[in-house]
Amino acid sequence: MTRKVAIVGVGLAGFRPLTPEVSYKELMFEAAVKAYEDAGLDPRRDVQSFVTVAEDFIEGTSIFDEYVPDQLGGILKPNVTIPGDGIHGLATAFMQIASGIVDVVTVEAHSKASNVLTLPSIIAYALDPVLNRPLRANPVFIAGMEMNRYLWATGTTREQCALVVTKNKRNALYNPVAAYGASVGLEAVLQAETISYPLGQQEISAHADGAIVLVLAAEGVAESLDNDPIWIRGIGWCNDASSLETRGWGRAIYAERAGQMAYRMAGIRNPMEEIDFAEIDDTYAYKELQHLEALGFCQFGEAGVLTEEGVTGPDGYLPVNISGGSLGCGHLLDASGLRAVAEVVLQLRGEAGAHQLPDVETGLAFGWRGVPTTSGAAVVLSN
Amino acid sequence: MGIRKVAVVGAGMTRFVRRAQETGKELAFEAARMALDYCDLTLDQVDCVVHGTAPDSFDGVHMKGEYLADGSGAWRKPYTRCYVGGGTGVFAPIHGWYHVASGLFDICLVVCEEKMSSCQPHPQGAFLTIFDHTTERPLGPNLLWIFALEMNRYMHTYGLSKRDIALVSVKNKRNAADHPCSLLGDPNITVEDVLNSEVMAWPVQRLDVSPVTDGAVALVLAAEHVARRISDKPVWIEGVGWNLDTTYWTNRDLCYPRYVENAARMAYEMAGITEPRKQIHIAEPYDPFDYKELHHLEGLLLFPRGKAPEATALGITQRDGDLPVCPSGGLLGVGNPIAAAGAMKVAELFWQLRGEAGKRQVPGQPRRGVAQAWGDLMQVGTVIVMGV
Amino acid sequence: MTANIKEFPGTGLRESDFKDKKVLFTEWSPNARYAWDAGVAIGRYLSELKEGRLIGVRCNRCRRTVIPPRIFCEWCFRPMDEWVPLPDTGTVNTFSLCYVTWDMRELTEPEISAVIDIDGTQPPVGIMHLLGEVDPQAVKIGMRVQAVWKPPEERTGSILDINYFKPISDI
Repeated sequence: MTRKVAIVGVGLAGFRPLTPEVSYKELMFEAAVKAYEDAGLDPRRDVQSFVTVAEDFIEGTSIFDEYVPDQLGGILKPNVTIPGDGIHGLATAFMQIASGIVDVVTVEAHSKASNVLTLPSIIAYALDPVLNRPLRANPVFIAGMEMNRYLWATGTTREQCALVVTKNKRNALYNPVAAYGASVGLEAVLQAETISYPLGQQEISAHADGAIVLVLAAEGVAESLDNDPIWIRGIGWCNDASSLETRGWGRAIYAERAGQMAYRMAGIRNPMEEIDFAEIDDTYAYKELQHLEALGFCQFGEAGVLTEEGVTGPDGYLPVNISGGSLGCGHLLDASGLRAVAEVVLQLRGEAGAHQLPDVETGLAFGWRGVPTTSGAAVVLSN
Repeated sequence: MGIRKVAVVGAGMTRFVRRAQETGKELAFEAARMALDYCDLTLDQVDCVVHGTAPDSFDGVHMKGEYLADGSGAWRKPYTRCYVGGGTGVFAPIHGWYHVASGLFDICLVVCEEKMSSCQPHPQGAFLTIFDHTTERPLGPNLLWIFALEMNRYMHTYGLSKRDIALVSVKNKRNAADHPCSLLGDPNITVEDVLNSEVMAWPVQRLDVSPVTDGAVALVLAAEHVARRISDKPVWIEGVGWNLDTTYWTNRDLCYPRYVENAARMAYEMAGITEPRKQIHIAEPYDPFDYKELHHLEGLLLFPRGKAPEATALGITQRDGDLPVCPSGGLLGVGNPIAAAGAMKVAELFWQLRGEAGKRQVPGQPRRGVAQAWGDLMQVGTVIVMGV
Repeated sequence: MTANIKEFPGTGLRESDFKDKKVLFTEWSPNARYAWDAGVAIGRYLSELKEGRLIGVRCNRCRRTVIPPRIFCEWCFRPMDEWVPLPDTGTVNTFSLCYVTWDMRELTEPEISAVIDIDGTQPPVGIMHLLGEVDPQAVKIGMRVQAVWKPPEERTGSILDINYFKPISDI
């Protein structure tokens, strides 16, 4: 039987379009201090391992793990960087504890997107250097192509995708850490400039800066701390084809498999019934719908309908992205998944303030690494 | 709570070459394919994949882990990449270890790849970007600077001569002559050759350094019940440890790698090792420069501080010596495709402990070995203890 | 392994394979530009450099005074307590004579890189910089050095506002 692991501390810094007054180290320190204060732990004494999530070319520094331990309280301790989504980092921490080698682990992810002046060029640098890069296209074309195929394959409409934008941005108005809360009308979304047909400008989440630090603890340790532990009931992650040429374009298979792995571990058969709310990647509006279907909440083509009917709205049966998601909070690059986890934890603790959902027991967070990847990770949490 | 036992049941590697024709994906594939063939497994039987690779700036691909995923066998599988600079090669099997030890997976494929040669005009240039962007990079630092600064400090602190240190390069390059994948094996190299080689960044000379290389190494890890079924002699991962020191490397005394000691203690404790010098039969410390082998042997608590050179001069660390060190030929001899280099050491222990290292075989049926990698700004130690 | 396996994969290429066009390849220059927020600690460090001064920070709990500045003490994991102006003199902790540049061009006169422990830090800690106005063969660990600054109008708030450190001539 795998050792149980809980999240016992949460710290957030940001999220704002710019954070010019602090360096990334100082942003991380702020989130770390809050997380340790929240958990009632001294990292120098109580935390045994540190996992950060980062990519060199986003930071502008090679071997970025060199620069993390000091501001997390991790010097002369086990540290590793996972170039993945925040939830891949969470999975790593989970496995370290489940293996028995450590009991308390810190997970960190941050975004200083505002400091990356040529972000689209850097994302393009992730494309295959021989087959794809020479086309010199802005990599957002991959999202446009996938959205096109998704709409065609599932019968989802552009209006349904636009409703995701209005829902998430409105949700964000009630989330004090969200960067882009707004009351946006459906027409404004549909008439916005087309960036990569059929993807419109309003459907692409804008970037924000921020940092998230979580502290995980093993069963036996978690219960003795101040907060109600939020248990990781199931966690799963999966990669699909990395090549653009060999991947399927309609279904998010990486999400299907990540979800299945998490549900199997959590003993969940019917996600719609057994999960109360979800924070699901909405980097592009259509992705929320595609991921909802892939994660087994409904059949293909139904997610748009559920959105129209308000099922995924704040008062609905399955509130999705009550935080505002990436569209509302700001896209935090690879830290987005960890932001989603933090939101689920705060909701399950009853600490979400103005946007608290009533009577929630089980939540799902799902992250995707964005174009050009087919890499995603899911986690099921319960109080 | 007991830690679930995990073994290495298969290994594979490509030749280490200065500039490979194969793409990064192909290098990863070749190593992974060989490792799976070694234990007669198909990709379907692999539960998860772990990849270790060092700076993206070498291969010239952002999110290099995603790009290499298919070559690593990670199609429709749980996949993560781990990264601690040069320490990655020994960390990747550790990362794979807790994938299995956690109980989540039974069979994990660990792949380490590096294609440094893509970086033009010279891969060394990529190392400019490991330095702090504001307080150090404007000075135009060279990777050689930081090694030379550390080597100088080590020599100064313990009163060592270049000659003492050059012996390591000679030993390893000679050992590597017996490694079929090696780039710089030379059965005839002498201390004079090393001492007469071009001064690059005093006290570092050309033959003190391992070369830029392309290559890949893969390992198959399995949980105990699977390992016993598919392998005639599983090599158990008995201890793992990893440790990262402060970023502020100019605030540290570089003469001793305390982070290697911390990582070693973590691994030794797990492995139940109380007298490493006696209980360990083979050591594969990370040797990107000759003095690093000595530095790390001391950090691994195998020799007292400042005393590893003496042990080398006495022949203790030769393949037929009392504690063979880098029987593979190490990075100095086989080559240094950063992440794959560390994994090469783990693979070496695998073959040595199974008695399959051919001409490099350490005599006397060694039963326990330690592999260690290092990286970052003289900052990270990753240690793995393996035994049969 | 070597006992069992005959042929290892991996094909090595030579420079001539490229010159003779035996191998096809593509090239790409990444467009990777960043504007890193210096933040509180380094922001102050840079503005002091512009004024021709070095500044460190102190943690009153572990009683260390360190440079370069940071807002947190990494040992105690608490905010630093004070800014501490420091002299621009120090001691060479270690050095190297480098005959190649970062992109592997050869130099006839070496660049002398060093870690210089700055006076006033406690225990002594340093920064990386270059040494100048000194015979490379005369450099020693333990040598006393002093910063040589750019003239005020040329300083921009950068580590390069110091040209290099040179030996202190008086004892």
